[in-house]
Amino acid sequence: MLSAANLAISRGGVPVLSGLSFTLARGEALILRGPNGIGKTTLLRTLAGLQPPLAGQVAAGEDAVAYAGHADGVKPTLSVAENLAFWARVFGQDDIAPALAAFDLAGLESRAAQNLSAGQKRRLGLARMMVTGRPVWMFDEPTVSLDSASVALFAAAVRAHLAAGGAAVMATHIDLGLSEARVLELAPFRAGATAVPGGTDDRAYDGQGAGAARRGAFDGDDDAGAFL
Amino acid sequence: MIALLRRDLAIATRAGGGFGLGLAFFLVVVVLVPFGVGPETSVLTRIAPGVLWIGALLACLLSLDRMFALDYEDGSLDLLATAPIPLEGVVAVKALAHWLTTGLPLTLMAPLLAVLLNLPPQGFVWLVVSLALGTPALSVIGAFGAALTVGLRRGGLLLSLLVLPLYVPTLIFGAEAARRGAEGMEAGTPLALLTGISLGCAALMPFAAAAALRVNLR
Repeated sequence: MLSAANLAISRGGVPVLSGLSFTLARGEALILRGPNGIGKTTLLRTLAGLQPPLAGQVAAGEDAVAYAGHADGVKPTLSVAENLAFWARVFGQDDIAPALAAFDLAGLESRAAQNLSAGQKRRLGLARMMVTGRPVWMFDEPTVSLDSASVALFAAAVRAHLAAGGAAVMATHIDLGLSEARVLELAPFRAGATAVPGGTDDRAYDGQGAGAARRGAFDGDDDAGAFL
Repeated sequence: MIALLRRDLAIATRAGGGFGLGLAFFLVVVVLVPFGVGPETSVLTRIAPGVLWIGALLACLLSLDRMFALDYEDGSLDLLATAPIPLEGVVAVKALAHWLTTGLPLTLMAPLLAVLLNLPPQGFVWLVVSLALGTPALSVIGAFGAALTVGLRRGGLLLSLLVLPLYVPTLIFGAEAARRGAEGMEAGTPLALLTGISLGCAALMPFAAAAALRVNLR
């Protein structure tokens, strides 16, 4: 559903990750891990097509990806139902009831989003993914300001999405209890981590040497299911 | 796209949406002019078309920086960029929503304010026609400026500096059409040029603005 080949990305003109390859098949979830500043958000934005990669390719189906960033995209003066219905219509869907139910927003439909708590607002932002009808969900720190009950709701929604043949990529530090999820440690792919001593040329960071070997160890053969 | 238009109109007309802001600004500018230049009716009659056009133009400018900045801040723009609507369509719809909440009310209110400036009654219809044909250009050119400055802090001032020079042709032909109308002269030529500017801008600016947005979203 989604694959990246020898991907190198930059943030603000500075290369952050290189030599990254993976494939994601139906029903799979990929959790991106790494210290702050490693490039998790940049990687997600690149995968979502919001910015071009420095090198390598991202292959995603046409209109396959739904992206949820740090901000929820919630309009404060619109009600919960209006916010959700808007995104549903943008993505050509019309039923918002399952999304409201899955994130425990029933009963809040007519409340203006500016009167929601931070956690409720985040739940509304996450519920938006359910009305996109898109197969690949991408989350950037989805559990920020969520309590443990809401995290469980989120994990259940993702699990149901995977069971229905979807896929998910998320950057999170919290263990969601998604046993089917694969963890991708980004630290080994840090741009420059593989630089030869004295080599300052960007091309030296392309992961041709040690990076390639590590990559080979990571993605095994190219069969999508062979990851875990 | 209709959903986006309806959402933008709903946001603009609700509390804090800034719907009345441009209109109030237009009113204040036009009311201030007689205080500045004196109450002599012949002078007011002569400058009325220009003052009304400049007032409308500045009032349009007032709400431009909100066009994309609000969506950028709350993350909606990222989501719209990954939505099935092309970004050019998003720009066009947002410019249309801006015109419906700014340019159109300004056009409809202009004859009321023209009375304050002693514009001859025969000029009212030409004033309205020139504003109706010209203000769409102000909105789409403004959309381009707003897209260029979307990621900047305090981009509003830079936006004004970028956009005002681009407004010059629209202002020249718009005010000229209104002036000719008020003096009972034939106003077809400036109106045709004004319409050309509006149509050309509406056709090209969404592409330029969408390209600027894509760069700013990186």
